Amino acid sequence: MAPPRIKLPDSAKIGDIIDIKSVVTHPMETGNRKDGDGKPIARNIIHSFTAAFAGATVFSADLGSGISANPYISFSMRVSGPGEFLFTWTDDTGTVLTQAATLNVVG
Amino acid sequence: MVAGVRQQTDTMATGETTLMAPLSRRAVLGGATLLLGAGSAPRSVAAQAAPERTPQFEAAFAKISGGADIPDGPVKLEVPDLAENGNMVPFTVSAASPMTADSYVESLTILSTGNPQPVIATFHLSPVSGRASVSGRLRLARTQTLYVVAKLNTGALIKGTAKVEVNISGCGAG
Repeated sequence: MAPPRIKLPDSAKIGDIIDIKSVVTHPMETGNRKDGDGKPIARNIIHSFTAAFAGATVFSADLGSGISANPYISFSMRVSGPGEFLFTWTDDTGTVLTQAATLNVVG
Repeated sequence: MVAGVRQQTDTMATGETTLMAPLSRRAVLGGATLLLGAGSAPRSVAAQAAPERTPQFEAAFAKISGGADIPDGPVKLEVPDLAENGNMVPFTVSAASPMTADSYVESLTILSTGNPQPVIATFHLSPVSGRASVSGRLRLARTQTLYVVAKLNTGALIKGTAKVEVNISGCGAG
């Protein structure tokens, strides 16, 4: 499975409001579909996404089956200083994906 | 609200203020016609095909609102008027808020009136967010109205709506 992808601005200044874009490979199986034999396919979606910066949660999302496969989420944050992001995705099977990214703070 | 969303989309698409007057007037007139139509006979015909708002939506909305009415407010959901493919419908949900320690949006919840599962997502924000705005992609089973409910730090709730026409269902089952 491809690792999650994060897009941060190349650099940011303290006080800037930046956009953080994330995308992760996942089927987001709704649980409403049936397989070839007519048996229901179990629901497996990423139900939780969190973003922490410098150790503190700055954004989180509870997701339902109405979010597309390979969920893309873009949110914003006011830059308080330099630090590292840690992104976490959790799906129904208990699989946890994490991705780190460093914000380049200048000036 | 429908007219409002259309107007927003037009502004973004053209990016020219000179085009705005005729476009927005048309959009407003279109919205008015829609509203007038909603109160008359065609509604019962539509209701036979599929209820406009699923019982699941009604239950989820009541759970959030506590049974009280949620007033319309400065929160909006931007989606295309027409989505060719319901599997991947881009959205931006945003609320007008200073996002300061005294006044901010705590959460934004998107609700579907036509999907099997009504709660599409809840986004949790704080003053650190800087802006009350989140984008992503929706999966929509059919043409429907979407609701967005913003919870403010005061505990107050406000809502907005947007209508999307879906050509190909995002259900997968066809």
